[in-house]
Amino acid sequence: MNNTEIPNNKPLLSVKNLKKHFVTKKNFFGHPKEYAYALNGISFDINKGETMGLVGESGCGKTTAGRTIMGIYKPTAGEVYLHGEKLDLSKGPEKRIQMIFQDPYACLNPRMTVGEIIGEPLEINNVYDDNKAKQQRVYELLELVGLSREQANRFPHEFSGGQRQRIGIARALAVNPDIIICDEPISALDVSIQAQVVNLMRRLQKELGLTYLFIAHDLAMVKYISDRVAVMYMGAIMELAAAEELYANPLHPYTKSLLAAIPVPDPDVRQDVSIIKGEIGTGDMTGCPFAPRCNKASDKCFKEMPAIKNVEGHQIACHLI
Amino acid sequence: MILEINNLSVGFHTYRGDVRAVRGVTFNVNEGEIVGIVGESGCGKSVTAHAVMGLLPEENSFINQGNIKLLGEDITNKSNKEMAKLRGTSMAMIFQDPMTSLNPVLTIGQQMTEGIIKSKGLNKKDAHEEALALLKRVGIPKAEERMKAYPHEFSGGMRQRVMIAMALICKPKLLFADEPTTALDVTIQAQILELLDELRREMKMSIVLVSHDLGVIARICDRVNVMYAGRIVESGPVGEIFHNPQHPYTRGLLNSLPRVDKVDDTELPVIEGHPPDLLYDIKGCSFAPRCGEAMKVCAACRPNNENMGKEHCVECWLPARDREEGHHE
Repeated sequence: MNNTEIPNNKPLLSVKNLKKHFVTKKNFFGHPKEYAYALNGISFDINKGETMGLVGESGCGKTTAGRTIMGIYKPTAGEVYLHGEKLDLSKGPEKRIQMIFQDPYACLNPRMTVGEIIGEPLEINNVYDDNKAKQQRVYELLELVGLSREQANRFPHEFSGGQRQRIGIARALAVNPDIIICDEPISALDVSIQAQVVNLMRRLQKELGLTYLFIAHDLAMVKYISDRVAVMYMGAIMELAAAEELYANPLHPYTKSLLAAIPVPDPDVRQDVSIIKGEIGTGDMTGCPFAPRCNKASDKCFKEMPAIKNVEGHQIACHLI
Repeated sequence: MILEINNLSVGFHTYRGDVRAVRGVTFNVNEGEIVGIVGESGCGKSVTAHAVMGLLPEENSFINQGNIKLLGEDITNKSNKEMAKLRGTSMAMIFQDPMTSLNPVLTIGQQMTEGIIKSKGLNKKDAHEEALALLKRVGIPKAEERMKAYPHEFSGGMRQRVMIAMALICKPKLLFADEPTTALDVTIQAQILELLDELRREMKMSIVLVSHDLGVIARICDRVNVMYAGRIVESGPVGEIFHNPQHPYTRGLLNSLPRVDKVDDTELPVIEGHPPDLLYDIKGCSFAPRCGEAMKVCAACRPNNENMGKEHCVECWLPARDREEGHHE
């Protein structure tokens, strides 16, 4: 890969003020009338070899973020830089960014064999001229994710959920991507299988020096796998910090209440009963998106969107801190 | 005793043969307690709940042994009509996905009042009042206005509140909650769990909570049944199960969870392999092929249900207690 020429201090992936608004209603002339504000300008960097966790509740824009970075969605505004070079996202998905999907049942074509599924990205990108080399690479990938080469001729329905997710991982690895976006890769799996897949992902990261953007709503798993974690709420990043630090010392009121809400598998841990009130809103507001649910919100919070600032090593968007 | 299930087995006819999803489950539920059933998908936890509610598909399911007693009365072989009378009055159920349980073309108010008129014989006005009171009780803001709204206008958490309100119409003695918070966000999940806990105190209702999430179970249950491959492998008070797990499967599950409240950076311990195919008979312990400490006897004979004291029962030839004793000698 060409990343050897890049100086070490430069981030591998850099997202700058990325916005994505979906048109939800059009007027008589076909002009957009109403928008869903899925992403309201998010910025972050990911360094090589690190795992960045992106957490938030459903509808907060974390999946949209992943898909926009990859070029599946055309961004409304903002830029994405890979190795310091600006990506032209209007041309469609970028080969150097690959994705692992949430639903291992829906993301594999039931009419293709596993070998064909894993080989497809190689074919589309014309990586190999000769079929034998391609086949060899498919076998290699299968073994890399803990499956056997004999399984290449089988169909997806013959595999369990955990095995299918391994196939999804092999497919994402096929073209040697620089970064893999993992969109809730384990939330459809059973608890005992989740640990198997997460361990595989960590092993691959160590062996191949992979970089992950790990999108999930399971905060415990995100903490376990990530080096840094960004907490999103209604299309904006509320807080971003090193994983251990964020969980031990959350600063943003939303992060605090989110962490307090996670049920801990220990009946003696009596959790803070001050449960966060209300539900997620619509997103077309001027102030801090969390203000209506925040018990410390002041007038300023409703009027003005807080800017990201650095506090104790956290990047945080809150007027009160 | 509200509910007694004795050696219940449930199967399904499929094109591959008979799948025996529940294989001799025994447990009971006392008044006002929350009993959890925890296990992975396909372990039979939902099937058990559906069997009690009489909601198994008629075409292909069968109960081949055991019985179910609700409030002392055997309901195993009741007709559909009789079961329909029990549902809603003595017992009620809420499901994982509230969207599929609500009628999309009727307003919430219409659906609520319909149930109240049918089951209680009230007139329209009184039914409306009662529906309103229930919606307020479960914490729907602006309940009066929201009565006129359709299910799609509600968020997931609010829909689940509506489902709970409907389940409460006849003040059932027993509520089955089948993964009630799995489709919800954590902050909303915490709200719904709190609501369920409040309601059981207020109405002295018993709840059977079916979940795969050990965190949810630990938060509100009094007793827990751990299911694996159609059997309850371990059961006991919540503190015992989480602090003193005896079955290797329970221990494996607890260990494979990363915790938010602890720092750890080691590789997650995993349970290798996957659950058995319930199409076939299992001779010994169903967990033996995945168990790190399996002995010869484990594959050959099914372990007895052994009482460890404090209502803590485990089905294992080598529960943690005995293993530790062995180490001391």
